[in-house]
Amino acid sequence: MELYVSEFSKYVITLLIALYTYESFAVFRKKQESDRNGIYTRQNILMFGLHFSCFIVICFETGDITYLFFYAFQQIVLYATVILFRMLYPKTNRLLVNNMCMLLTVGFVILTRLSLGKAIRQFIIVMISLVIALVIPFFVSHFRFLKEWKWIYAAVGIVALGIVLVLGQTTYGSKLSYTIAGLTFQPSEFVKIIFVFFVASALYKAAGFFEVFTTAVVAAAHVIILVCSKDLGSALIFFVVYVLMVVVASKNWLYLLAGVSGGSVAAYLAYRVFPHIQVRVQAFKDPWSVIDSTGYQITQSLFAITSGGWFGLGLFKGTPESIPFVEADFIFSAIAEELGLLFALCVILICVSSFVMFMNISMNLKDKFYQLTAFGLGVTYIFQVFLTIGGGCKFIPLTGVTLPFISYGGSSVLTTLIMFSITEGLSMIQEEEAEEEKRRRKRIRQKKKKQADRKKDRPVYEYEDLDFEEDGETFEQEEE
Amino acid sequence: MNRKKNKGKKKSPQIMIITAGFTLLFLSMIGYITYYSVTHKQELINNSYNGRQQMLLSQNRRGSIYSADGKILAQTVTNENGDDVREYPYGNLFSHAVGYATNGRMGVEAQANYYLINSNAPLSTKAALEASGDKYPGDDVYTTLDTELQQVASTALGVYRGAIVVTEPSTGRILAMVSKPDFDPGTVEANWDELRSDSQKGVLLNRVTQGLYPPGSTFKIVTALEYIRENPDTYQQYTYQCNGSISRGDDRIQCYHGSVHGQIGFTRSFAKSCNSSFANMGLTFDRSHFEETLDQLLFNQKLPLSMNYSQSRVDMNDTISDADMMQVSIGQGTTAMTPIHLNMITSAIANDGVLMKPYIVDHVENSAGSNVKSFNAAEYGNLMTEEEASILTGLMTDVVEEGTASRLKGLSYTAAGKTGSAEYGTVKGDSHAWFTGFAPAEDPEICVTIIIEGAGAGGDYAVPIAKRIFDAYFGVEAIY
Repeated sequence: MELYVSEFSKYVITLLIALYTYESFAVFRKKQESDRNGIYTRQNILMFGLHFSCFIVICFETGDITYLFFYAFQQIVLYATVILFRMLYPKTNRLLVNNMCMLLTVGFVILTRLSLGKAIRQFIIVMISLVIALVIPFFVSHFRFLKEWKWIYAAVGIVALGIVLVLGQTTYGSKLSYTIAGLTFQPSEFVKIIFVFFVASALYKAAGFFEVFTTAVVAAAHVIILVCSKDLGSALIFFVVYVLMVVVASKNWLYLLAGVSGGSVAAYLAYRVFPHIQVRVQAFKDPWSVIDSTGYQITQSLFAITSGGWFGLGLFKGTPESIPFVEADFIFSAIAEELGLLFALCVILICVSSFVMFMNISMNLKDKFYQLTAFGLGVTYIFQVFLTIGGGCKFIPLTGVTLPFISYGGSSVLTTLIMFSITEGLSMIQEEEAEEEKRRRKRIRQKKKKQADRKKDRPVYEYEDLDFEEDGETFEQEEE
Repeated sequence: MNRKKNKGKKKSPQIMIITAGFTLLFLSMIGYITYYSVTHKQELINNSYNGRQQMLLSQNRRGSIYSADGKILAQTVTNENGDDVREYPYGNLFSHAVGYATNGRMGVEAQANYYLINSNAPLSTKAALEASGDKYPGDDVYTTLDTELQQVASTALGVYRGAIVVTEPSTGRILAMVSKPDFDPGTVEANWDELRSDSQKGVLLNRVTQGLYPPGSTFKIVTALEYIRENPDTYQQYTYQCNGSISRGDDRIQCYHGSVHGQIGFTRSFAKSCNSSFANMGLTFDRSHFEETLDQLLFNQKLPLSMNYSQSRVDMNDTISDADMMQVSIGQGTTAMTPIHLNMITSAIANDGVLMKPYIVDHVENSAGSNVKSFNAAEYGNLMTEEEASILTGLMTDVVEEGTASRLKGLSYTAAGKTGSAEYGTVKGDSHAWFTGFAPAEDPEICVTIIIEGAGAGGDYAVPIAKRIFDAYFGVEAIY
């Protein structure tokens, strides 16, 4: 019986996430958010089906029915999140809420399998974070002064990172965190958001050489502090986000060229100067020759990824715990081993779907500050996903960052939740802009109609004016 | 004026391109993960650092290994104490071919380990076993080995050290593989220290694939091929006056046992295996052209083999001295090759110049007898043209008809081959006896390569063994 459940459930779970992934891209075929409701509801059903199936398997494999209580709590919290976002913010983008809950579900399942204690801790942090996340869209859409604080953002970011460098605790060679009142914080996570706000607020009015130069100095300060703290993954994220935001703000691809060449030189110098970077690169180039020492993690991760096959070994059927820090840096490998390669690839695609939605919101935003913010947050998110998954499968060298929403780690999950909530707020601004646009067009149509009515009486000479207003039919904006 | 500004405010092309860029990056990463997982699955599970092997072994009972004629070569049974024991019903006979699976692995046990420790038994079988608390049956591996030929080859080699490999040139199937001294795989664990310490005899070395020997006169096949290539129109007009030796400066090459062959042509030089004549040919070679021929014949190269093997080596380049050139031409000096490599070259001659990849694992079945995986005959490519193969077949037929392999003359089948008496060590006259050849010459069915360490002349010691194997294969009653 147990065997039939575990074998059968593999296919069910894979099917559910595959359908969900399909829907998360089908969304983009419909232009209006209001046409997407059917998709979102189907996604919610698939999500809950997947969550339930996974916990049934966990109960069967462990023989412990009390897991169902934990499941019930998780389900209530996730369901409440979906409902509350919809009730409080009817205009918000539901794909992001769904993807967020889906990825949290995957995280809960795999963490429960790896370590119940850590899963419960994570669950409590997620609960608190969700409460914070729920109020953020309100603040974002109502407090427009966020645009004016660029030097405050810069100062807060640099000071927060500086404190870690000076006072922080060293974990496995990197200074990442400090502890206040028993709670350990990893400031580089939160500074990512502040940094995006800084760049957006500094460049939204103008992105000429002067603005780019001053922001570059601040960005360089962030990156250098992080490199000195040996937090290479975060340093790389800040760098990439900065360069791409400058490209979008200035509409000038030359900055990308400058960034890539400058970055390459810096990377080479860093490689020569820091032995720990050399170790990482060595472990990337040939992990098998250092399998005993620095290559151990990555080779164990590769063992896990390759052993699962398309449908995985099944929850509790593999040995993902043989990878050191599996619950943080290598959670993707654990997913690939036990839930299967197809499942793991679907997780990647759901992350990509979220990213595309971030970019969609950003592109449709007319206010440049908000546009840059949405863009910066989206790039921060997807680049982090790229670093952690790419590092774990030896596509790129290992940098040791977490998989947003899924990995164990309070700072990481809270930061990503805030990033998504801010974007929810931005999507509301975008909807409002769109409605404003609709109203404006309606006004123009009415005006035109009036004119046309008048034209019956008065002939041709206002025709020129009419031409301009026809142009106004397409996407454009009226400066206030 | 207003109009121009409006046009510039359309959707940002930068954001679109960056979105597309990240999406492509993720698609290539997905492609990489999939490709890596599929192609490295077996290699990684066999890595001794991979704990999943132990996990599979605790779930599944190691599968059996069968010969081509359906005999059990290895199986796992449960003894009276309830422990799993690996049994090898043929004892020493298949020692290197089938190998062992304790204290590391070798032979088919190593090569097919992945299949043996995985179970594709039907779900109902598994469920029944699960209920009774028993292990699942691992998949069974069917080899290409023929118990009768293996027995004949092993008996014929007797107490000598050496190696015999019998293959099917048209497919690459390995029909027999004998290496002596041998051992009983069932007692490897108990005798491990003794087997390891006995380094001089090299019991655990599979001489067929790992033994590097001077090829001696069998290498004249290669020298003859090069001579034909360099003198395509005139090679048949070649003549040489053999006085028993040839000199260049202080360096002198002697014919075997000081024979004097007198006035000889190309065919007769080959049939009589005249060292002086072949050294003479070698001196005329374009050395870089010869190097190309050697590359094409897989010297100093990886062999298309899925088992452990040693790479054959020969020193050849533009700057090589005349003395070394004479040594290379007769397969002495620093030249060394494995019996399997010589067998591959011989097989290619027998198969119109086309080398089929040698293989020993034919297919894998689950416990219910359905096919899990088949390994079909695979072409490696041409080692030589069809015409060159046909010329070499003619030369090798003459070796039997009127040369050093005359013990194969006048039988119900026509054999073709080349003998060798490869000198080794410092004592003059100590030589390994070689034979490599195939039958029937007109439509080859099997290819045999034999080396007997320190026995003496190939024609006297190796050819009779070849005859016994051919006789057994063609069903000829042996008369001794």
